[in-house]
Amino acid sequence: MSFTIATTIDEALQALATGARPVAGGSDLVVGARHGKAPLPEHLVAIDRISELQCIDVTDLGVCIGAGVNHHIIEHHPLLSNAFAGLSDGSALVGSPSTRNVGTLGGNVMNSSPAMDTGSPLMVLGAEAELRSLRGSRRVGMADLWTGPGRHSAEADELCVAIHIAMPASRSNSAYLRLEYRRSMEIAVVGAAAAVTIADDGSVSAVRVALTAVAPTIIEVTGIGLGSVAEVAAAAAAAASEQARPISDVRASDKYRRHTVGVMARRAVEAAARRALGEPVSVPVNRAAGIGAAS
Amino acid sequence: MSDIVNYHLTVNGVDYPVNAAQGRNLLSVIRTEVGLTGTKEGCDDCECGACMVLLDGQPVNSCSFLAVQAQGRAVTTVEGLQQGDEMHPLQRNILEEGGVQCGFCTPGMLLSATALLERNPSPTEEEVRIGLSGNLCRCTGYAKIVAAVQRTAAELHP
Repeated sequence: MSFTIATTIDEALQALATGARPVAGGSDLVVGARHGKAPLPEHLVAIDRISELQCIDVTDLGVCIGAGVNHHIIEHHPLLSNAFAGLSDGSALVGSPSTRNVGTLGGNVMNSSPAMDTGSPLMVLGAEAELRSLRGSRRVGMADLWTGPGRHSAEADELCVAIHIAMPASRSNSAYLRLEYRRSMEIAVVGAAAAVTIADDGSVSAVRVALTAVAPTIIEVTGIGLGSVAEVAAAAAAAASEQARPISDVRASDKYRRHTVGVMARRAVEAAARRALGEPVSVPVNRAAGIGAAS
Repeated sequence: MSDIVNYHLTVNGVDYPVNAAQGRNLLSVIRTEVGLTGTKEGCDDCECGACMVLLDGQPVNSCSFLAVQAQGRAVTTVEGLQQGDEMHPLQRNILEEGGVQCGFCTPGMLLSATALLERNPSPTEEEVRIGLSGNLCRCTGYAKIVAAVQRTAAELHP
């Protein structure tokens, strides 16, 4: 048994190289251990006091979000909630205010749940995870990172130190919606994110859609044709329902998930398009769309 | 190898030496090692908010936070809200508004409300409800708790 508190990335990497597992807020690790999902690791290194992991660096090219940045910050950050609004939509829906205080973006990404709320936004934004170890550093796109429910392609000695996202083109924005039965401490029944670029003539010139909680990982929808916002939204809905591979469980049947993920995809395209045109659509879109029972 | 870890926790401004297993959560250490039982164990699953404490002023579910990770940080429990012999305005108002029935959720509600008012001194009703959304109450129906928070906000920032 060991517990160390790292204050630099290098200290954390040293600990990982000798078999320790990282803990930031502990909201997945501690709850998971209690449920018997996986015992608490014997050797832990706390990474929540590493200031290098708390940065949000913005350049003309894009943003680098430290893996230790929590959901509360992502929800309220002025640049993120404007230019990368779909990601802020996702973070704003995680758990409760306390969960959003301790839950980090890096933890969400590396927990690799197919129901994670930041997952489909990161995928449509073309995000990359920066994985670092004593052996070096590499960047991995989301589709290559997530390999199954709770599984990812990172090695045990690699720490996710940051998420990199390129700056969206002009007249582009994103949105994420999820179906939920209540407004807090909820997990997506299904969800969908969209990133949309609007051409000068008002039509959609680029679209990406990804789906939450309808497959073993977050998946990206393929083959959505371009056209007017309404045409693209309808095409995204049809393709989402077609390509979803949902399961039935206590939260919803596969049939219901297949139908509703199409509805979420359509609304995500519509909300992203409104944002791309400069219309104010508050974060999270779920509230504006009236999804979820009144609190 | 022993899994007992020795460290110190600062709870409500008081330093407590702790010897406890590495995997112990903050809730159980506060209740049994520190000896303050205002913080409640409800679901023990990060859902109900009965275990809410403040860590450096921010609400945290202590059932799902490792106690060793709280060393060197300021832990506030419901016992820390009282100001001398006076109740905290939130405590007084939740009583006066009738926002307490069985009382089990009350410590967590008070701490989430404290953090909310610190961040947002004049919240709307919707903002109060979002701020308290990690705290479940099975008795009151929430209306009187929300009223108590809004009344406190109005008192502190008229």
